[in-house]
Amino acid sequence: MKKYILSLVLMLISIATFAQNNGTVEMADEMRGSGKIYVVVGVITIIFIGISFYLFSIDKKLSKLEKDHNQLRN
Amino acid sequence: MTKNWWKLLAVVFIIYTIIAGLLFKVPHLAILHESIRNLYFHVPMWFTMIMLFLSSVIYSVKYLKSGNEQDDLRAVEGVNVGVIFGILGLLTGSLWAKFTWGTWWTTDPKLNSALIAILIYLAYLVLRGSLDEEQKRARIGAVYNIFAFPVMIVLVFVLPRMTDSLHPGNGGNPGFGSYDLDRNMRMVFYPACIGWILIGFWIKQLRFRIRKMENYFLSK
Repeated sequence: MKKYILSLVLMLISIATFAQNNGTVEMADEMRGSGKIYVVVGVITIIFIGISFYLFSIDKKLSKLEKDHNQLRN
Repeated sequence: MTKNWWKLLAVVFIIYTIIAGLLFKVPHLAILHESIRNLYFHVPMWFTMIMLFLSSVIYSVKYLKSGNEQDDLRAVEGVNVGVIFGILGLLTGSLWAKFTWGTWWTTDPKLNSALIAILIYLAYLVLRGSLDEEQKRARIGAVYNIFAFPVMIVLVFVLPRMTDSLHPGNGGNPGFGSYDLDRNMRMVFYPACIGWILIGFWIKQLRFRIRKMENYFLSK
């Protein structure tokens, strides 16, 4: 009987190690829970929108310059 | 704006990746944890670099056929912008490595060959800078570029797969695609790649247009 109980306990220990592999991967759940991750997303989005507006304005300036340049050539 | 719709598409795709990439569900994996989200930002840098180098080599072939100066300019600017994206790929990869492998840089075949590939392209720019005569510079540059591209492909995609490597998707190490790039991640990963590739081509186009005008004034 003792043998069976011992082997059962040992088997249960192996279940605990499985649990460790699957369940306890640390993720940023706290930040998500408090809602502060959205602040980070907001900041990065603002930065990227700013940069893309800047790219568009460079593009526009360059197009204007090209137009003037073509008029001068002809 | 009708001609520039793809620029807007690039911006929209990347804003989507920033939001979805940081908020959508990702698989819970040991060691990687939340850093798996780097996949949406680190990998597109390399894809952008490769697409820019590919366009560059196409224009180099075109130049050798046509002798048209503008084809040469397009080829150079492809490399100029591609190198920037490659350096961004190295830097982001290095930071990611610090927090997953525990070191900024290791002598891993993937890392070393990626670095060598970028150095080969830097050498292309140095080579061009050292030649004064325009047509000679363009022709030698084009030939060098045509040789550099297959070497880069072998260095980045073939050699690291033939030996052991820490980097996912290489020797003895499955890529994210094989087991954990699930459907949710693909929904973010593909737009990220398309978005960054378009941004790369946009910057390349801007640089090309500036160069074209510059050359016109220089020839006056």
